[in-house]
Amino acid sequence: MLKDITLGQYYPVKSPLHKLDPRVKILLVFAFIILLFFVQNFVGYAVFALFTGIVIKLSRVPMKFMLKGLKPLFFIMIFTAVLNLFMVQGEHVMFRIWKLTATYEGLRTAVFMILRLVFLIMGTSLLTLTTTPLALTDGIESLLRPFRKIGLPAHELAMMMSIAIRFIPTLLEETNKIMQAQAARGSDFETGSLIKRAKALIPILIPLFVSAFRRADELAVAMECRCYNGGENRTRMRELKMHANDAVASVIVAALIGTIIFTNLFPLFSQFAL
Amino acid sequence: MIDLKHVSYVYQTGTPFESAALNDVNLHIDKNTFTGLIGHTGSGKSTLIQHLNALLKPTSGQIIIDGTDITDPNVNLREVRKKVGLVFQYPEHQLFEETVYKDIAFGPRNLGLTEDEIKERVYEAIEIVGIDESQLERSPFDISGGQKRRVAIAGVLAMKPSVLVLDEPTAGLDPAGRDEILDKIRGLHQRFDMTVILVSHSMEDVARIADHIIVMDHGRVAFYDSVNEVFSHAQELRQIGLNVPQVTEIMRGLKKKGYPVDIRIHTVEAAKAEILRLFQEKKLGERQC
Ligand SMILES: Nc1ncnc2c1ncn2[C@@H]1O[C@H](COP(=O)(O)OP(=O)(O)OP(=O)(O)O)[C@@H](O)[C@H]1O
Ligand SMILES: [Mg+2]
Repeated sequence: MLKDITLGQYYPVKSPLHKLDPRVKILLVFAFIILLFFVQNFVGYAVFALFTGIVIKLSRVPMKFMLKGLKPLFFIMIFTAVLNLFMVQGEHVMFRIWKLTATYEGLRTAVFMILRLVFLIMGTSLLTLTTTPLALTDGIESLLRPFRKIGLPAHELAMMMSIAIRFIPTLLEETNKIMQAQAARGSDFETGSLIKRAKALIPILIPLFVSAFRRADELAVAMECRCYNGGENRTRMRELKMHANDAVASVIVAALIGTIIFTNLFPLFSQFAL
Repeated sequence: MIDLKHVSYVYQTGTPFESAALNDVNLHIDKNTFTGLIGHTGSGKSTLIQHLNALLKPTSGQIIIDGTDITDPNVNLREVRKKVGLVFQYPEHQLFEETVYKDIAFGPRNLGLTEDEIKERVYEAIEIVGIDESQLERSPFDISGGQKRRVAIAGVLAMKPSVLVLDEPTAGLDPAGRDEILDKIRGLHQRFDMTVILVSHSMEDVARIADHIIVMDHGRVAFYDSVNEVFSHAQELRQIGLNVPQVTEIMRGLKKKGYPVDIRIHTVEAAKAEILRLFQEKKLGERQC
């Protein structure tokens, strides 16, 4: 179960995507997500699918890894789809079950919804899979810096994030260890009623919280011992620098935006929209 | 009683983080033996012992305990865990109950024992590890580190396993605490005929307490023999980053200087006897001249 969590997991290979500046990557993923909500027909989604497919290929992250990130959300996707299928009002009735009517309009919305979620997750997974957590937070800090003038603690936010991300694998490992230790004492997490299984979590959660607090405490002390006092006058070992390939990537995404607008504008394509 | 046949284990198969932790491990451990398991950091000791009560299933190979194949998917896990008690590294990190009593009772309760039996087992367990009855109603988070460790070990003992596996039970304890815990473990082995497997980084500890030693190196078993035999391979041990107990070093040094001593000696007592014997012989020799 714990093995399925790919969120915030970096996939260490060399690829053009890994080399992009994190700031550019963050902004482009933002553009990608916003654009996703402007897609109105299947042609647009086809363009998106093609684009995403090529980018995944370029990233050299195996497709299997990408799909694993979708698994935990499978249930939510099905649920949204079913809800849409029956709730959207329309004229073209497909079939009726009891008091529920499924329409073609509902089907269309349901499919769009699923596609949107899939692309949303794939886009963000691509970001986290090809960017080290450190680069990611550096990027965020740098992007947030202009907002410092209005009192946004950019450095502190970035620091908090990088610590949080840094501790995800540690806590997962810790959870695993505690689960095994309790299993060795005869704990059983996999069988029994829901209540029984929920109760079986207590022996895991309490030691986990205790250790998380202990770690947080130790980390705070360690940071203070080394005179950490926020971002004032801090220089960094590796400065972020933009390269030619960042410009190329931006142009490609701009082209994608253009294509989507094109598919939305021209009536030729709208006939494919149901 | 414990048989491992061609056991291999790979962590995170099918990802770029794949790492082989065990490689074709074959072992046969007899009943009522006390086996030390040593090896440098990352050699696969913890991975190996987690196989012994089916917390990890081997990627390939077979593990048979008392005639039961525990790698079988249909094996009764509860029975396996009742038979093989496993004390993890830093076991105090797994404490969670409100009181020491409840925490020790957690294992027996999972075995489905009655309240009376549980009570009996808790008292028996604290007697073995040396926790005072007055501590039973305290919170396991309020007692000292050494006491926590004992409570955690008692929690496993209360399940009355016939095989006890301990992963570095003395890590992070002071010398007095270390000796005490080791004495208790030796006592268990002698009093209850328990089969014990002890993971340790300390050659001295293992030499003093175990009768067999398994040496792991990069996921393989490098040596598996009686303590005497294993420590006679000082050269090979050093090559894989381990050393022999200091008294054994002294004996080897004496031998090099030409004194006829047994270089397999690994306890201070035996070394003392050997050196006294040497003096005696020398005296006899002088007198005869
Ligand atoms: N959860 C895990 N995921 C991936 N690899 C792991 C995991 N646990 C251990 N390993 C790897 O398996 C190998 C054996 O680890 P193991 O913990 O068994 O070593 P050990 O002999 O117990 O070391 P130590 O003396 O430090 O406790 C190591 O190379 C380690 O990096
Ligand atoms: Mg270990």
